[in-house]
Amino acid sequence: MMNQYPLWKYLLILAVLGIGLLYAVPNLYGKDPAVLVSPIRAAELDNNVRIEIEDTIKKTGVIHLGMERINGKMMVRFSNSEDQLKASTALEAALTGRFVVAQSLAAATPNWLRVLNAKPMYLGLDLQGGIHFLMEVDMDAALVKEEERYIGDIKGQLREEKVRHIGVTRNQDAIRIRFRDAATRDRALDVLSSNQDITLSDEDNGKDYFVLARLTEAHIIEVKKFALQQNITTLRNRVNELGVAEPIIQKQGDSRIIVQLPGVQDPAQAKELLGATATLELRLVDDRNLNVQQYVSSGRVPAGTRLYKHRDGRPVLLSRRVILTGDYITHASSGFDQNSSTPAVFINLDDKGARRFSDFTKDHIKDQMAVVYIESKNETRIIDGKKTRVKRRIEEVINVATIQERLSKRFQISGLDSPAEAHNLAILLRAGALAAPMEIIEERTVGPSLGKDNIDQGFKSVMIGFVLVLIFMAIYYKLFGLVANLALTFNLVIIVALLSLLQATLTLPGIAGIVLTVGMAVDANVLIFERIREELGVGNSVQASIHAGYEKALSTIADANVTTLIAAIVLFSFGSGPVKGFAVTLSLGIMTSMFTAIMGTRGVINLIYGGKRVKSLSI
Amino acid sequence: MQIIPKGSHIDFMAKRKIALVFSIVLIVFSILSLSIRGLNFGIDFTGGTLVEVGYAQPVELASIRETLGKVGFKEAVVQHFGTSRDVLVRVAPREGVAQDTIIDNVLEALRAGSTVEVELRRREFVGPQIGEELTEQGGLALLYALIGILFYVWLRFEYRFSIGSVIALAHDVIIALGVFSFWQFEFNLPVLAALLAIIGYSLNDTIVVFDRIRENFRKMRKGTTVDVMNTSINQTLARTLVTSFTTLLVLTALLVLGGEVIFGFALALIIGVVIGTYSSIYVASTSALYLGVSRADLMPVDKEKEKIDDRP
Repeated sequence: MMNQYPLWKYLLILAVLGIGLLYAVPNLYGKDPAVLVSPIRAAELDNNVRIEIEDTIKKTGVIHLGMERINGKMMVRFSNSEDQLKASTALEAALTGRFVVAQSLAAATPNWLRVLNAKPMYLGLDLQGGIHFLMEVDMDAALVKEEERYIGDIKGQLREEKVRHIGVTRNQDAIRIRFRDAATRDRALDVLSSNQDITLSDEDNGKDYFVLARLTEAHIIEVKKFALQQNITTLRNRVNELGVAEPIIQKQGDSRIIVQLPGVQDPAQAKELLGATATLELRLVDDRNLNVQQYVSSGRVPAGTRLYKHRDGRPVLLSRRVILTGDYITHASSGFDQNSSTPAVFINLDDKGARRFSDFTKDHIKDQMAVVYIESKNETRIIDGKKTRVKRRIEEVINVATIQERLSKRFQISGLDSPAEAHNLAILLRAGALAAPMEIIEERTVGPSLGKDNIDQGFKSVMIGFVLVLIFMAIYYKLFGLVANLALTFNLVIIVALLSLLQATLTLPGIAGIVLTVGMAVDANVLIFERIREELGVGNSVQASIHAGYEKALSTIADANVTTLIAAIVLFSFGSGPVKGFAVTLSLGIMTSMFTAIMGTRGVINLIYGGKRVKSLSI
Repeated sequence: MQIIPKGSHIDFMAKRKIALVFSIVLIVFSILSLSIRGLNFGIDFTGGTLVEVGYAQPVELASIRETLGKVGFKEAVVQHFGTSRDVLVRVAPREGVAQDTIIDNVLEALRAGSTVEVELRRREFVGPQIGEELTEQGGLALLYALIGILFYVWLRFEYRFSIGSVIALAHDVIIALGVFSFWQFEFNLPVLAALLAIIGYSLNDTIVVFDRIRENFRKMRKGTTVDVMNTSINQTLARTLVTSFTTLLVLTALLVLGGEVIFGFALALIIGVVIGTYSSIYVASTSALYLGVSRADLMPVDKEKEKIDDRP
């Protein structure tokens, strides 16, 4: 029998349609007002916090619609903005200092869809409003910093081995160490050869003798990678303070970082936060710390001391004298203490820091030392109706440990509660400051009103273009046109479902891509239908014409679509942000239209005409 | 309903000389415009700062220019964007200034100089290094797309067709660029994306015609190459026009309703669809003809195809 599909093909079409509908449906639901709780610095969002949030909300008498963890943050949804306000005020009071509480919007996808991991499409910044920054990390500065660290190391090594040099300089080319004679120079070469990350060479001009040290290629790559990674970590910590639900912070290429903050509306504030500087101080815990409560209540502290707050809330009395600042820390990593097997953080100091630290700790064994985290940032606040720039400084103790022995270049802070705590502390020690300065080289901010306009206009143009095409096809190809329209609608549903499923970013050019595929998706049907008309025209039977029309048009459709796909792929690999969005929808549209326009329409046509004695076609 | 009457026999190929002259004139004109006027590059390519604001009431551009001039942005380009309440300000990159502070200063000045509320709609800052990279990458992308297509068509058809289709594509892109240059429409990133989409679209058309030419070489044992081409173009004409028409329908919807941001993109595509339709009829086939394509060139491919096509 001609023009009949086996059952499995119908089942396949129905299955794709069903799944498509299911995953497209979340886009029909709107957004619920929500409160977003994001941890700052080392705070962790564990079950206790969850319970705390529950209790705090319960106390206000508000009932929430659901709580959900996303990217280590807690999103609590409410049915109206009044409840949202009440809850957020209460939560802010309860969680301040440890968590940032921000009002937000969350997708109102019902639970039965959430279970299936069905989510609405992810809208690009041009559609939901927000800020996009592209930052360039100053890699030259990172390398200079590393070379300077090496100069310190080299000087230290030579001093230890009593090799006398008459000066170390650094120029663009290399670190140059000068010696009076060749013999000393050769000894220096010998001493320094233990450094794996530098290559050494010698040079002389008859009067002076030099050792030239250069960072190895491998080490340069490592330094750059580390700088990029550390800056990303720092940015992540800071962005958390903005209370953004779905921030994107990722590297682009070797030296750039993309920061996307959907929903954030004040670029100036975001810049201030991202540009904040943080550092560390090591201070001695004062002996009189045992009576700290007394000082807290009296508000007076002994001379030479200062009252600090520990991150967990308890007060700590510290000496005013700073042992060491974070500037001397070159590296920090987490691991385990070799003797006690407890979690520990390993810290490397530079040469100068090591000497100071060593001198100090030899007199203070068994004393307690505190790590103080300091962050300063500029904020623009409105005071008396005027915008004023305010410097804000946060100081808190993040760790107190006992000095076990004389410490120097490498030391460890042990006795931490958990590997996670060690890990967090290491990140803080490293990420407190940026590894290298950064410059914003691209900024794109879309205000919320423009975002809304873009969605409205985009949606309207898709719908109107779509309806126009539907009307045209129905008039031009009659019943076959209606079948094509069915396929076109189906195609639109599948594109939306795929975009939702892949969580690909939908941008305004992406919407244009959908519009374009609507126009082009009918092309396959036009090709087939014109073929059928031709076959009918030369006097073939109805059934043979349908069959030949589909068969003959197939290779043409494939060829035509593959070439468009080539253009879309080039576009995807070259494009950035919005253009990529266009490439994604265009390629998805091409692929789905092949399925709907060929298999989908054939299925329906076969149902209508297949295996029946028909004299003429409505085409 | 049909737009092309059954069995139409328009002698397209007879007019190929006129078409050739027409195309050459358009291309020369485009290249002249491109070299004299150049393209009106947007800040995606030039780098610089752009601020779009919405005022609560219609606003005079002159007063905004004056406000900005006072704070040292005399060279800023100020224009209405869509409505008389929306204003777009563009500032070129400056030497020796932290580029990303310009944007803050402009916005501050606009707010200070207005009695009604000024709402930020969009602000963009593109560093000069980004612009340079984009220009380079954009050119490369166009080139890669053309090369990829050249190879695919070569593989599926024959090298003369492949060259013919690439000539047609280059033709379309140059003329589209010419239009953007002559009327000084802003050339930004979405427009570049549209150019690549034009390549895909126009090729789509060309491939359909070529496919038919190949098929007809096999079927029509008699008849010259010109006859075969004419027949093929006539047979595919209805499809070419219908598809172009539906695509133009949605693009027009986008142009009219999509808003200012997407305007250039939609415009580029509309130009591309019109030129692409013309070029797939005239330029691609004519080029293959002038390159000396003949029945014999397509025979080996045909035999393989017959086997595949004749499967029940």
